[in-house]
Amino acid sequence: MELKDKLVSSFMAFEDLIDIDSPVHDIRTEAIKTFETKGFPTKRLEAWKYTSLNSILKPNYSVFPKHENALEYGDVKQYFIHDIDSYKIIFVDGKYSSHLSQTTHEGIDVCLMSAALSKPKYRLVIDNYFNKIAGKDSLSSLNTAFSAEGAYIHIPKNKVVDKPIQILHFSTGNESALMLQPRNLVVVDENSHVQIIERHQSLTENPVLNNSVTEIYANKRAIVDYYKIQNDRQTASLIDNTFINQKQESVAKVHTFSFGGKLTRNNLNFFQNGERIDSTMKGITIIGDKQHVDHNTLVHHIEPNCESHQDYKGIFDDKATGVFNGKVVVEKEAQKTNAFQANNNILISDKASINTKPQLEIFADDVKCSHGCTIGQLDDSAMFYLRSRGIPEKEAKALLMFAFSNNVLDSVKIPEIKSRITKIIAKKLGVNIGFDL
Amino acid sequence: MSKYTEDDLREELKTKEYEYGFYTDIESETFPNGLNEDIVRAISKKKNEPEWMTDWRLEAYRAWQQMKEPEWANVTYEKPKFQEISYYSAPNSKPKYDSIDEVDPELLATFEKLGISLDEQKKLAGVAMDVVVDSVSVATTFKKTLAEKGIIFMSISEAIQEYPELVKKYIGTVVPQKDNFYAALNSAVFSDGSFCYIPKGVRCPMELSTYFRINQAGTGQFERTLVIADEGSYVSYLEGCTAPSRDENQLHAAVVELIALDDAEIKYSTVQNWYPGNAEGKGGVYNFVTKRGLCEKNAKISWTQVETGSAITWKYPSCVLKGDNSVGEFYSIAVTNNFQQADTGTKMIHLGKNTKSTIISKGISAGKSQNSYRGLVQISPRADNARNFSQCDSLLMGNECGAHTFPYIEAKNKSAQIEHEATTSKIGEDQIFYCNQRGIDTEKAIALIVNGFSKEVLNKLPMEFAVEAQKLLEISLEGSVG
Repeated sequence: MELKDKLVSSFMAFEDLIDIDSPVHDIRTEAIKTFETKGFPTKRLEAWKYTSLNSILKPNYSVFPKHENALEYGDVKQYFIHDIDSYKIIFVDGKYSSHLSQTTHEGIDVCLMSAALSKPKYRLVIDNYFNKIAGKDSLSSLNTAFSAEGAYIHIPKNKVVDKPIQILHFSTGNESALMLQPRNLVVVDENSHVQIIERHQSLTENPVLNNSVTEIYANKRAIVDYYKIQNDRQTASLIDNTFINQKQESVAKVHTFSFGGKLTRNNLNFFQNGERIDSTMKGITIIGDKQHVDHNTLVHHIEPNCESHQDYKGIFDDKATGVFNGKVVVEKEAQKTNAFQANNNILISDKASINTKPQLEIFADDVKCSHGCTIGQLDDSAMFYLRSRGIPEKEAKALLMFAFSNNVLDSVKIPEIKSRITKIIAKKLGVNIGFDL
Repeated sequence: MSKYTEDDLREELKTKEYEYGFYTDIESETFPNGLNEDIVRAISKKKNEPEWMTDWRLEAYRAWQQMKEPEWANVTYEKPKFQEISYYSAPNSKPKYDSIDEVDPELLATFEKLGISLDEQKKLAGVAMDVVVDSVSVATTFKKTLAEKGIIFMSISEAIQEYPELVKKYIGTVVPQKDNFYAALNSAVFSDGSFCYIPKGVRCPMELSTYFRINQAGTGQFERTLVIADEGSYVSYLEGCTAPSRDENQLHAAVVELIALDDAEIKYSTVQNWYPGNAEGKGGVYNFVTKRGLCEKNAKISWTQVETGSAITWKYPSCVLKGDNSVGEFYSIAVTNNFQQADTGTKMIHLGKNTKSTIISKGISAGKSQNSYRGLVQISPRADNARNFSQCDSLLMGNECGAHTFPYIEAKNKSAQIEHEATTSKIGEDQIFYCNQRGIDTEKAIALIVNGFSKEVLNKLPMEFAVEAQKLLEISLEGSVG
């Protein structure tokens, strides 16, 4: 049976299993209809021109897991940023793992989507925010239809969250192939500040497909710092849909580090609903083998005096393919907008390829918008400089590539993440050096 | 002088009427409206074409029937009704003239208004003109001089008669019949156009130029241009257009094919000023053009275009860099005003080794117009050391217009070096202030800035054409370009 039919036919069973009287019942029903009409996106769609889902839709996925699987902390410790104190929301095969997690309700809510959807005290927040900005495209709708579990984070006014929040999704492979639909909701009220780290990790050689949707609301003067670490196995694929709604004077930053996975698609959407907003999205992509990473970003400038900064670096080896599709829309009212977009790529192998499409759509005249995009190689003279000082070729290359991606790391606010990423990069480039020279 | 502000300029742009709108009444022989196989056959027969040409047209027509109108461009318009267009019209006063005196005086008056005095051009500019009014060429000059060098420059229908082997060998090789909807339509019904062949090692001594005009109410014009530069030759080809004011939408679906063989160089410059429609966006020409050039080894093709007219422009002059060390260039200024929409850009397809391409695109939008750059840079796996530089700048005047860029960059070779940059801005108040401070009034300052903005492209136009380009730019941006 085709995956699409399977998903559609299991929707009823899925709703029965949880709560059919849930307030989001109508939203889910609507969403499954949208998905049924649209189906999975194909290469014929402009937004999916360079990414084909065919290869990852083939396995016979179990679409909603039935068993709870337990993991020992020791087995998965390496996937945490473990050297800092943090709140943790951990899922194993889509089910909440209470003994690995550390949630809180003291002053802030760091808990579960399933609780938020069922308990009356969260009703107001769910009514106001749930599925309000998530896209109506087929994959987001699919996630909405099956939305039951994920992280629910609500930071009330004037709170600086004392430690970062880690959201981890593990898949164990106890079901042969697994498709997960995690759904996260983050609401940050006025003047509050939060740091979130998100990671999807497969622990098995069985195919895993994550179709994740995250909605983030940054209200007035809120600061949201979001890190996505994507270093999954070659059998795991991720479609990440993130929607960020910003109110006036808020600051939202999303860093995406893509080093692993078979196919990774990041749909990152910023909507600026207020003045003097700052949006930043940065990313480092270092992949090889037959990996595929697709960054699809949208910044929608709706009101005046806002800024957006995009900086994506990519290094592609072996038969890897990379896609960058960045779109900046500046509405007529959004005067004095500053929008910058940069996408730099290095191709290491002859079989690797990169497709990039930085798009600007501008309807206001008093704006500063620019984009730049390059594809090139390592500088021969820089290589020579390093080699002539006794640095071996491999290390010299690694140093240059690290330097190439360094200004993305510069804006990472949590030092532990920085050092973790540095280590991953070193491993990825096959060298054993620290880069803090 | 009273203070001239950007608002005044905008106002002027809004109210500026199309100066070249007039209509010459020449008795025309026009086919009934509509398109079917019989019409295609009739066009072919009318032009006394050999059988292979008729079959070629029919093949294109059949392919066209299977195709759908493309909808991906960033333009909205009422689709042309293809069955309500007459597909052939030719000025009636035949046969051809040997000297200019025999030409219909009314036609000459038309040229006068356009500022093309054949005599003057002959003497002063050294430009050979193949003037196309509607679809049949009626006057050709300097043919003899060219003939001495072995250069063939004639209308394509003549070429089909006189050099069938050349036409047969090259036509449709760069833009196949089935390439796209409009190319297929053009292949089926093209009425005339220019043909140019430069023999081996010859440097064409003058700029070749053709003027296209749409002149018959309700006629779509389907030009076909084929330029072949044989090994080691050089040619600079100019194309310019103006069209009379008319309310109904006119369709222009041309195909231009350039073939630069080993070591050859072709420079193709266009000034396009079809009727853009009135201030309410009514009328205007639909310009759906397929232009493509093929570069063999060490060859170079350079496209320069100044686009000021047309209600809808849909045009992507492209270079296929097939041979090693070949070079492709694209320089463009696109000006849109009122309700004009332009979706234009280029494709650089790098196939050979050490191929280079440069793209400089300048978009100026005013009024309620939409101006898009859409380009593709593609590096194939075999194209080692390919190099591309692209720059797309947009200038916005007023907040009701839009500027868009859609660059597609596809690299499949690790030695490729690609740079792309785009900026969007308006005429800065500080820039105006700087000029004012130094005694330059605002009008001149705007002229200066717009001029400077488009200079990189204007510089690429051949001398003979620069005047014309300037003149046509003035129509769109009068008061700002001094």
